[in-house]
Amino acid sequence: MIDLQGYGPRLLEGALVTVELAVLSLILAVILGLLTASAKLSRNRLIHGIGTLYTTLVRGVPDLVLMMLLFYGGQIGINMLTDQLYYAFDIDIFINVDAFVAGVITIGLIFGAYMGETFRGAFQSVEEGQMEAARAYGMSPLLAFRRVRFPLMMRHALPGIGNNWMVLLKTTALVSIIGLTDMVRVAAEATKATHEPFLFMIPVALIYLLIATLSEWGFAKLTKRYNTGFGESSEWNN
Amino acid sequence: MEQLNGWFTELLSGNLIFTANTLSFYWGGLVTTVQLVFLSLLIGVILAVPLAIGRGSKRRWIKLPIYAYTYVFRGTPLLIQLYLVYYGVVFFDGIQDSIFWVVFKQAFFPALIAFTLNTAAYTTEIFHGAIKNTAKGEIEAARAYGMSRKLMMRRIILPSAFRRALPAYGNEVIFMLHASAVASVVTIMDLTGAAYYVYARFYAPFQAFIFVALIYLCLTFSIMFVFRRLEKRLLAHLRPRA
Repeated sequence: MIDLQGYGPRLLEGALVTVELAVLSLILAVILGLLTASAKLSRNRLIHGIGTLYTTLVRGVPDLVLMMLLFYGGQIGINMLTDQLYYAFDIDIFINVDAFVAGVITIGLIFGAYMGETFRGAFQSVEEGQMEAARAYGMSPLLAFRRVRFPLMMRHALPGIGNNWMVLLKTTALVSIIGLTDMVRVAAEATKATHEPFLFMIPVALIYLLIATLSEWGFAKLTKRYNTGFGESSEWNN
Repeated sequence: MEQLNGWFTELLSGNLIFTANTLSFYWGGLVTTVQLVFLSLLIGVILAVPLAIGRGSKRRWIKLPIYAYTYVFRGTPLLIQLYLVYYGVVFFDGIQDSIFWVVFKQAFFPALIAFTLNTAAYTTEIFHGAIKNTAKGEIEAARAYGMSRKLMMRRIILPSAFRRALPAYGNEVIFMLHASAVASVVTIMDLTGAAYYVYARFYAPFQAFIFVALIYLCLTFSIMFVFRRLEKRLLAHLRPRA
């Protein structure tokens, strides 16, 4: 294995943290995005308003500021909450905010808003006739969603999800600022110790490029799958 | 003015965090952020136009290096690019003895270089996409008029491509504003840096960061507003007529 002045293994561990963080946040973001999209498509004014407020606020503020707010403010907020619990109900608990969990929640929250916009547009482009046909076949709402609306929606959502994933992957670099040991942080520490920025930063950049290239390939395959029956894939142009 | 001053003092009294002192920090941060973003966007656009034309060239030795540049800069985090320029600038031989060192000693210029290279890469791809999507009829008409390639580019393709690129470019401007927050990592006192300072000084994360988030929100909405107006004016011919 490449040693990199002894930082090689740590850099690899950091790369693993980056990948785990990105994948877990993506899962959270997709779940939140589906919820947000349904909220924004809801006829209920209050739910619609909450969805709009969430996406507007999150997309109007830099990721780093939100991350700092949730990370530094999160611990204080939770402490205040547990203090209140102690005074009110005599429940004595202490919750320590883990940097990794905070990172996943923050990135998931941020990209949930972006995914919400993507899914909203995609849900709207599903023809209603398809759902009517599903109902006419006697499918339950859940089955109709799973078998008809979701696969049809994914065809329109995939290009957006792909773009969001690429941005999300690069955003994970920010967690190094708030103290999580991902590969950027290892590289930054190594650079400060050895004064050799190129030796550490370029491998990290290459790993990012590698992940980006691999996922582009993966998304191309997925697009092909979801485009089955719609002729040649025309929407995935990068 | 007197009244305003009195109102302002009253507003700030009984408030330990948002004193005139910390507010001046935020103001300084706002100025730095706007300078950094505006300059990098400006230079980025100037670089992106020839790069976008070259990106669509038929010659491989022009096309491929530009594609490699945009691929690398769009595929890696801005933070890495910033670190590379910030820590790497001293490795240019003799830069510390040259007159440029006065400039490069401060973090502002390495950050400006990193941001410019980043936004130029994204803008190149946006413009390239817009140029590629020029309607065939427009090009045929220009040829029928006997325009040379150069004249056609200048008079027909670029003006219409810029208009089509406008919505995507508006997003890029907002993206750059938000991405500029990482400048605080290399000791620049931008808006986020000011907020971090206030947080660390008073240990008040909610006040410090929510206040700065509101400033960013205002900036974002202003940019969105300006681009909406521009789109309305410049893309008026594309709107469906009633």
